Amino acid sequence: MKERGKGAAVVLDKVRFAHGEVPFDFDLSIAAGERVAIMGPSGSGKSTLLNLIAGFETPDQGRILIAGEDVTYAPPAARPVSMIFQENNLFSHLAVAANVGLGRSPRLKLTQEDRDAVALAIERVGLTGKEHRRPAELSGGERQRVALARILVLRRPVLLLDEALASLDDDLKGEMRSLLSGLLDEQEMTLIMVTHDRDDADVLAERVVRIQGGRVAAT
Amino acid sequence: MRDRRILAGTAALAAIAILVCGAFAGLVAEGAGNPAGALAAFDAWLWRVARFTLWQAALSTLLSVLPAILVARALFRQRDLPFHDLLLRLFAVPLALPAIVAALGVLALYGRAGLLADAARWTGLDGWPSIYGLSGILIAHVFFNLPLATRLLLEALETSPPDEHRLASQLGLGERATFRFVEWPVLRRALPGVAGLVFMLCVTSFTIVLTLGGGPAATTLEVAIYQSLRFDFDPARAATLTAVQIALTALVMAGLERAGMHAADINAPLAVTRRRHLSHTAASRAFDAGLVALAAIFVAGPLAATAIAGMSADLGRLATERAFLQASATSLVLATLAAMAALLLSLALVAARRALELRRGAAPRGVLEYLTGTGSSLVLVLPPVVLGAGWFLSLRGRVDVFAAAPVMVVAVNAAMAMPFVVRAIRPAYDAASARHEKLSAMLGIGGWSRWRLVDWPALRRPMAAGLAFAMALSLGDLGVIALFGSEAVQTLPYLLLARMSAYRTEDAAGLALLLGLLCLALVFIADRLGTERR
Repeated sequence: MKERGKGAAVVLDKVRFAHGEVPFDFDLSIAAGERVAIMGPSGSGKSTLLNLIAGFETPDQGRILIAGEDVTYAPPAARPVSMIFQENNLFSHLAVAANVGLGRSPRLKLTQEDRDAVALAIERVGLTGKEHRRPAELSGGERQRVALARILVLRRPVLLLDEALASLDDDLKGEMRSLLSGLLDEQEMTLIMVTHDRDDADVLAERVVRIQGGRVAAT
Repeated sequence: MRDRRILAGTAALAAIAILVCGAFAGLVAEGAGNPAGALAAFDAWLWRVARFTLWQAALSTLLSVLPAILVARALFRQRDLPFHDLLLRLFAVPLALPAIVAALGVLALYGRAGLLADAARWTGLDGWPSIYGLSGILIAHVFFNLPLATRLLLEALETSPPDEHRLASQLGLGERATFRFVEWPVLRRALPGVAGLVFMLCVTSFTIVLTLGGGPAATTLEVAIYQSLRFDFDPARAATLTAVQIALTALVMAGLERAGMHAADINAPLAVTRRRHLSHTAASRAFDAGLVALAAIFVAGPLAATAIAGMSADLGRLATERAFLQASATSLVLATLAAMAALLLSLALVAARRALELRRGAAPRGVLEYLTGTGSSLVLVLPPVVLGAGWFLSLRGRVDVFAAAPVMVVAVNAAMAMPFVVRAIRPAYDAASARHEKLSAMLGIGGWSRWRLVDWPALRRPMAAGLAFAMALSLGDLGVIALFGSEAVQTLPYLLLARMSAYRTEDAAGLALLLGLLCLALVFIADRLGTERR
């Protein structure tokens, strides 16, 4: 799982999921290393789609395959998937280095090698010198970059972004987009991002998948 | 994937169920073993006791809540009064005080040997009336509940829309009209809940009635249960009385639930005050100030009397006395254990409730989630004396009842404190979970790591607050130990009661001061921990 991924294919095979009243039906196939933006009106099921892939929700029917493996019932941590949310990506009482270190060891038992990898990732996102800050002492953009550094040490082949740039202002968004696309090129990850922002899709995605009323409307 | 949190919550519910069922088993067995005796207990005396229970509770509620409306409104409107915030703090004190300490304070001020009687004698007035009976009970209940009701109603007033106040002053509405159109609507919504809560506290009040009732004419069901077990050795009657008391509290709780209030709401935080556009005349300001001063004197009086009476006791001798040292040690050990047990129960319930809520998504709430949530405060239907009486009947004849005292005190006090501890920790736990649940799941942080990295940092302070509050509650409780206490196992309240009964008033006053200070310190710590940000 910690192997450097060349990106993995993600397949939702006739997935059905009932969230309260509204049923969702997803049938979607994303190639290894592909970069996809998921767009659509709010309430259409974009976030539900990501939650199903990440394992926060379990389908009522159908299968989810990642890198050809059936992960329909696997817990989130066992899937080769990492995710950045709009907010709350960090533990507020832990310093930057510890928040990134959790990507190497969920018990936070770090070897020297782990620590080096953490330092490198923090350097890569441009936060060197802020390792010992707490999230409250960082700006919104810096917090998202810490989350990104953790993605780097997690080294999982599929990256999910759930409106990860939505709370940043325009300048920061631009910065984060170029940082992200550089990292995606380096790590060759599969990207699946939910966004409202056309520019996000233009810069980062190769394909746009439209979701409407709980199903894929166009790809 | 079965969530361990749900398992722990189920275990906590099972522990509470065992405590409740053990008490019921005692009642049922007693009733079945001696049906004639149990039925014979439904006599005129029982109905008189039941009537008095309701009557004193109704009067106490009226005398607490009606003035509280005026005092709350005065505090709300005149927030630039000198000592405004200090008064709010003063109003939080009675709730932190063990009932037996308050009872002694009331006696030390209003009793025949009290400060007021002394003052009257000094001015040549003789024949100060005894306060034992209904008057003493009412004074003590109002002492507890007037400040409580004031705080809760003030909190309700704080929710009245600031815009409406601005509009009222813009339209030149007088105070009367402002009260009618702006303040009264929010008060009216809060009143059933506040009155119900006060009524509930007075219906289940044991210590006040025991110490200030002064005889069979002023006896409530709980005191009657205690007397039939400890003095009349009439278990059949005790079983019947207990059943009636349970029915009564269940009815009141059902009413409370409908009013949208929970019995655990009494440790509500201090109201935060915001600026409002309020207009008032000099006359109304003077009226409000006078009202607030009266209420403050009424609350501060017994507190001051406790301090004065306590200081005049020989505290040095008392503090080195064997009985005191032993009772203190017993009290501290039992209260610590009860508080820890309450904390464990609460943590398990809170975590399980959240896990169940997360798992169901948008589906309707299940029974288990209800039970681990608000349902857990249903245990308050069974006040300590009632739970204790049930177990007393269960254990009687099987084991040495008095040897079971430590276990009973710890178990019953833990169950009794649990709803309050839940209230202290649940918001923090749920907030931490809302922030970190997905992140932890994605990173695979579980078990001990999750506790160390996620839950402990978020819960440390509220847990300490809950622990301190539970300890204060347990330290001051007389209900269980009154039934199970003996020469061998004495807690501080038990020792206090013994000294009072033996007319060693000075010792009792000294003990009351020490116990009161201890509980106040604990609740003060709990309050600081509960409200302060990191």
